Amino acid sequence: MSVKFSEAALKEYKMITGRYPQMRAALIPVLHLAQKEFGWISRDVVRYLSELMQIPATEILDTASFYTMFKLKPSGKYHIQLCSTISCALRGSRQIYEHLAKKYNIEDGGVTEDGRFSLLKVECLGSCGTAPVVQINDDYYEDMSVEKLDKILDELK
Amino acid sequence: MFEKILTKGIDIPKSRDIEYYRKQGGYKSFEKVLKSMEPDAVIAEVRNANLRGRGGAGFPAGVKWGFIPKNSGKPHYLLCNADESEPGTFKDRLLMTGNPHLVLEGNMIAAYAIRSNVAYIYIRGEFVEEARILEEAISQAYEKGYLGKNILGSGYNLDMYVHRGAGAYICGEETGLIESLEGKRGWPRIKPPFPAVAGVWQSPTIVNNVETLACVPSIIEKGSEWFKAIGPEKSPGPKLYCLSGHLEKTGVHELPMGLNLKELIYEYGGGIRNGKKLKAVIPGGSSVPVLTAEEIDVAMDFDSLAQVGTMLGSAGVIVMDEDTCMVDALLNMTHFYRHESCGQCTPCREGTNWAERLLRKIEHGQATMKDIDLLEELAGHINFRTICPLGDAAAMPIASFLQKFRPEFEEHVKQGKCPLNSNL
Repeated sequence: MSVKFSEAALKEYKMITGRYPQMRAALIPVLHLAQKEFGWISRDVVRYLSELMQIPATEILDTASFYTMFKLKPSGKYHIQLCSTISCALRGSRQIYEHLAKKYNIEDGGVTEDGRFSLLKVECLGSCGTAPVVQINDDYYEDMSVEKLDKILDELK
Repeated sequence: MFEKILTKGIDIPKSRDIEYYRKQGGYKSFEKVLKSMEPDAVIAEVRNANLRGRGGAGFPAGVKWGFIPKNSGKPHYLLCNADESEPGTFKDRLLMTGNPHLVLEGNMIAAYAIRSNVAYIYIRGEFVEEARILEEAISQAYEKGYLGKNILGSGYNLDMYVHRGAGAYICGEETGLIESLEGKRGWPRIKPPFPAVAGVWQSPTIVNNVETLACVPSIIEKGSEWFKAIGPEKSPGPKLYCLSGHLEKTGVHELPMGLNLKELIYEYGGGIRNGKKLKAVIPGGSSVPVLTAEEIDVAMDFDSLAQVGTMLGSAGVIVMDEDTCMVDALLNMTHFYRHESCGQCTPCREGTNWAERLLRKIEHGQATMKDIDLLEELAGHINFRTICPLGDAAAMPIASFLQKFRPEFEEHVKQGKCPLNSNL
């Protein structure tokens, strides 16, 4: 498989790299861009970025693997990140986790067989006043309950 | 009557718009410093205001700015810490979504004061919408000439960028943030050198929290004496308090520094939900020592909380009711620190892992009394033995939970199970 940024992504790439005095500083924003473009950070993506940015592939992986948001394996079409830290836990995030795990028959970090959903327990999402909170792809869903979340998930296309 | 400064008009939909912000007198302070104040005069004013860092440490911002060397021959950088990740904290998010231009104006004034021509707002990666809002505000500021070259004819140049992180609590620590901005793992650096001398790209760098910077425009507008008259003398100014956990009304409240914690919980938070009794409160984000229900008659400021053995931290008030299992709550928090430990220092990397295992044993009734002693000893070996304060942040809750709720830990051992059947 050949991996290559689209014209639009290349334009954004150039804009990003122009913000920093050193190429390496653009790595995390570029990894975000690559993930948006390719869905996840495959080894092919790492090799492509290595060539493009002139950063050794091992160093790209070293950085990417440190951060929870970079997917080093494919996720579902809808990536469900469930906050499990104290303020959300005090208001029922465990019950939501157990419900989702049963409903989709997946565990923490898993993807459904049809590839529609992936579930990941994450640490504090910084939305503790509207706990429990769930992030589906880029969007926050706050003040969640099993019922409310079910409705949201069932309405996704 | 306290008039809101940081969150005034924040619920108006157009509060994000530059025109609305300007109509409220916005960007006047930035214009004022460009026209009539030398950078050092700005630093002196903020130092005199005794604006203490709102990210958690409480270090005076003006003093920090003063550490920037005079003639380093290198570019200077301002980094705004918008990595808000301390459990129980969600105030900067409110500022960035509701009052983004105030955040920007604070950045502009600070950048001018430290003679920086480039500012980065390092925002946690999950805040996709917040980053978009800030980018929109920045592009409006460029359009109106508040950013770019020769701003308002002053000869001063400033570029500002939003830089998204990618999910790592440690990047809220200032040298972890710097490493992350450089495109690496967020591994905190040994200090000294401090960032003001050798920060990002080994250049003089100032890292300030969003809320700290948002206080700056009003200090310039109304003066440091006005600012100092709000709240206690040694920790003055407005403060954003975050209320979460078992309260009737959770949320962020802007009030003077030094508000009584009991008042905050019962007046502003509406008391404990479902008519339950209060059991414990963590006053400053999950890293700070816990208070029992009997200890909450205390002022929420850096010094008053230090006197009762805890900290203001990020003012993330986490409230727990009588049904909360303190072992399970501590297990949840320790899991957090184990997960977020960057792995550099052995006491933190191994210690948090071991502590989590011990706590899981206790919670599930598989521990002995000796395990409780071991946990206590272990926390003592993590505290103050690491490069950055994450180790302390993991150890302090363990020590304080054991000190204040030890019988509950022992009950788990005696009964061979969790007496409350907790499942956090």
